[in-house]
Amino acid sequence: MIRVVLPAHLKTLAHVEREIELEVTGQVTQRSVIDAIEARYPVLRGTIRDPTTQKRRPYVRFFACEEDLSHEPPDALLPEPVATGAEPYHVVGAIAGG
Amino acid sequence: MSGVRVLVGTRKGAFVLSSDGHRKDWKVDGPLFGGWEVYHVKGSPVDPNRIYASQSTGWFGQLIQRSNDGGRTWEPAGNEFAYDGVPGTHQWYDGTPHPWEFARVWHLEPSLTDPDTVLAGVEDAALFRSSDGGESWKELPGLREHGTGPSWQPGAGGMCLHTIIVSPSDPRRIYVAISAAGAFRTDDGGESWRPINRGLHSETIPDPDAQVGHCVHRLAIHPSRPEVLYMQKHWDVMRSDDAGDSWFEVSGNLPSDFGFAIDVHAHEPETIYVVPITSDSEHYPPEGKLRVYRSRTGGNEWEPLTKGLPQSNCYVDVLRDAMAVDSLDSCGVYFGTTGGQVYASADSGDSWQAIVRDLPAVLSVEVQTLA
Repeated sequence: MIRVVLPAHLKTLAHVEREIELEVTGQVTQRSVIDAIEARYPVLRGTIRDPTTQKRRPYVRFFACEEDLSHEPPDALLPEPVATGAEPYHVVGAIAGG
Repeated sequence: MSGVRVLVGTRKGAFVLSSDGHRKDWKVDGPLFGGWEVYHVKGSPVDPNRIYASQSTGWFGQLIQRSNDGGRTWEPAGNEFAYDGVPGTHQWYDGTPHPWEFARVWHLEPSLTDPDTVLAGVEDAALFRSSDGGESWKELPGLREHGTGPSWQPGAGGMCLHTIIVSPSDPRRIYVAISAAGAFRTDDGGESWRPINRGLHSETIPDPDAQVGHCVHRLAIHPSRPEVLYMQKHWDVMRSDDAGDSWFEVSGNLPSDFGFAIDVHAHEPETIYVVPITSDSEHYPPEGKLRVYRSRTGGNEWEPLTKGLPQSNCYVDVLRDAMAVDSLDSCGVYFGTTGGQVYASADSGDSWQAIVRDLPAVLSVEVQTLA
């Protein structure tokens, strides 16, 4: 079970209040985790990554295990504690603007 | 009893303002989509319960929301706006080629006949259509690809397609306006397009009379005279009597002919409204006086409307999509400001009251007249 922490606006869209838990089949990568988020919560399609290019939105960051994974390749394996559910995967809205 | 519903998009959410036909007492609902920019909210002319809203942020991109109950509840619709084919480049602010990139939906224009059909004007400028209630979107690429697209340049607010008018007499005829490219028209339902900017004169571009490059801020028509177009350009209030084939200036005695919003009285096709703004570098009313100007002669002769509006120390702006009229017997006129006020007049502009004073900056105002 993968644990994911969403930023406040995306929690509102998805109608969730706390971190979410997702089943990810196959390798646990940023792409497979976001695929699982979008499959469970279709309203979030396009909010984390561009729906056409699949690129991370510029003001969205991905953190886990006290590391910034935002610039890692989308198909790189996530750290083991994320894959086992010991640590959550954080989708973060940049602190910027009003 | 008849009533009105004012749909307000702001920098931090949407609001629905409701009143009966007297338009004295108002109910304010919102914020909807709190914290998100709502560039536009507009209802279907044939089903007032069907309303579309454009919800976006720079963080999480674009969503389209849809209501089937007059704005009480909402559901997300489709948000994939993919340009047709490889979209190529337009000019960037410095004149270099810049790839077309989708940023947001500025304007939603529901069909005059089908509640499930809606047009969307987007940044970077293009026109999209949905025929399934906003679930899926397909570009009408003939506009972007008609030939002048590579020379289009963004205005200060981005290269946005902000105005869409479907002719009430011929749904195949559509007018759009793009900042800072100009006005365009199709007569075949969006297949082919041509610029309609002859007569516009802009000192801010190298060739003031160029075919494209004009910063058109807003177009308006009266449904009974679909060949007559009114335009608030960056500078100049303009009029066309031939569906945009040619334009002439009607700024007349306005204190400034810079501005954004323009609209037409619901029952008097020669009565038009603008809100003069000091200049392109001073986005507030001249002399700190918030004045709507009304012409009852289709332009040139203007009178200030001030009763109920602040006449000192007012330094707000009124943006391009932030004025609308209702169609009750005594025409109501509405506009919102960047200071968060929404003003209403139930007597064609003779007097005004603030419905609300402290909303986030208002981006758009639309009105539904309810039976």
